[in-house]
Amino acid sequence: MSTTYEIMHPEQGRIAYTDKKRYLWMSSLLLPLFPLLGMALYFAYGSQWFLAIPLLFSYGVIPLLDYAFGSDENNPPEEIVPQLEQDTYYRLLTWFTVPLHFIVLIAIAWFVGTQDLTVWSILALAFTAGSYSGLGINTAHELGHKKPRFERWLAKIVLAVPAYGHFCIEHNRGHHCDVATPEDPASARMGESIYKFARREIPGAFKRGWTVEKDRLARLGKGEWSVHNEILQSYAISAVLQGGLIIAFGWVMIPFLAIHNFWAWYQLTSANYIEHYGLLRRKEANGRYERCQPYHSWNANYIFSNILLFHLERHSDHHANPTRRYQSLRNFDDIPELPNGYYGMYLLAYIPWLWYKVMDKRVLALPHIRGDLDKVNIDPDRRAEIVAKYGNRQRVVLAH
Amino acid sequence: MGRRHRCPGCDYIYDEQQGDAHEGYPPGTSFESLPEEFTCPDCAVRYKEDFRLIAE
Repeated sequence: MSTTYEIMHPEQGRIAYTDKKRYLWMSSLLLPLFPLLGMALYFAYGSQWFLAIPLLFSYGVIPLLDYAFGSDENNPPEEIVPQLEQDTYYRLLTWFTVPLHFIVLIAIAWFVGTQDLTVWSILALAFTAGSYSGLGINTAHELGHKKPRFERWLAKIVLAVPAYGHFCIEHNRGHHCDVATPEDPASARMGESIYKFARREIPGAFKRGWTVEKDRLARLGKGEWSVHNEILQSYAISAVLQGGLIIAFGWVMIPFLAIHNFWAWYQLTSANYIEHYGLLRRKEANGRYERCQPYHSWNANYIFSNILLFHLERHSDHHANPTRRYQSLRNFDDIPELPNGYYGMYLLAYIPWLWYKVMDKRVLALPHIRGDLDKVNIDPDRRAEIVAKYGNRQRVVLAH
Repeated sequence: MGRRHRCPGCDYIYDEQQGDAHEGYPPGTSFESLPEEFTCPDCAVRYKEDFRLIAE
C-alpha cells in the first residue's frame, strides 16, 4: 500500500516518487500511548515504578533507536514537492494531533489528582506530561508556519496546553528573521551552556513575540491589551484549561502544572539550543545579515526521531522554506550534521563540558568556518577563553 | 488597478488593492509606503527589497 507521485517534466521526462514514510507519519497518533503507558501498567500491576517508563523511553530508548535505525535516505525530488504539499492526508495527521495534547494532559492530571501517589511519582508524571506537551509545541511549530488561517488557529490552540501562546509569533517573525545572529535569543552561542542560554532564550522570546504582536496591533489602531492580541487569545485558553484542572483536581495541580509547563518549554529551549549552536550569518555592507543558508542550521537525518518530530531535524530546508510542509522537507549533503538525533543531543547539551567537547570542534571544522573564529557566534563572556584555546587556526584546520 | 508584488521565497502576494488586513495594512496601501523593515507576512525570511513586481 503506497502512493506514487509522478510528473512529466519537459526536460527530464517522467519523475516518480514514492514516500516510504507515508504511513510511518501515523505514529503521531499513537504517541500519546507512551505517556499513558506508565499509568496503564500501574493499574494492571500496582507498582508506581512503572510511571518512570515514558521518561526512560524518551531519553534512553529514542537515542538508541536513532543509532539503531540510522539515517533516512528518502528525499522527495523538488519537482514532486507541489503534489506532496497538496496531499490532504499529511495535514490531517497534524490536525488530529492537536486534541490528543489536551486529552493526555487532562488524563495525567486526573491520575495525579485522584490516585494516592508518592512525590516521586507526581514528579515523574509532571515531566512525562511536559515532555509530551513539548511535542505539542513541535506540532504548533509545524502548523504555525502554514498559510491557511485554520492551521494557524490550531497552532494557537495547541500552544495553550503548555501555556506558550507567544511562540508562533515570536518564532516566525522573530527567530526566522534573526536566526544565527548574536541578536537572536533563540540561537545559541559557542561556549554558552544550555543553562545560560535558557535564561536568555525564555524571557527574550517572550519579549520579542510580545513586541511583534504589539506593533501589528498598533498598525491596526488597537492596543496591546485587546481581544485581537493573538498571544492573549492563546493564554486565555491556557487559563481555562489549567484553571479548570486546578478546580477539578485541587492544589496538587499547581506544582504539577508548573513543572509540566516548564518542562514543555525546556524541550523547545533544548531544540533551539542545538539547532544553531555557534553558527553565524555574515553582516553585509547594507547592515543586513546575509540570507540564512543551509549551513546556518544543524541537522539530524535520523529516521526515528524525525518521525516523532515531523521532520524538525531537517532544519536547513525548514529555514530555507519555512512554509514548506513536513512531508516535503529534504536532506542535503554537506550541511552541518549532528552526531545523534535531537533527543540524544538534548541529553548531551545537559552536560555542558561534554557538549563543548563534542560540538566545538564540529563547529570549527565546518567548511565555511575552517577554524576562523570570526565566523562563529561566540558567547562574548567567553570569547577571550575560546580565542586562547582555538586561536591558532592552522592547528584546528590541520586537525580535520 | 493596484500593483501586486510577489515574495520570491513562498509566493505570498502583496496586492495594493487589498492590502493585508491581518498585518494592519488597509486596502490601498502602496507597496512603497510599507515600512522598510517589512518582511514577508507568510515566510518572514524575505525582505521588502526581495519582493518582485508582478507584470500585469
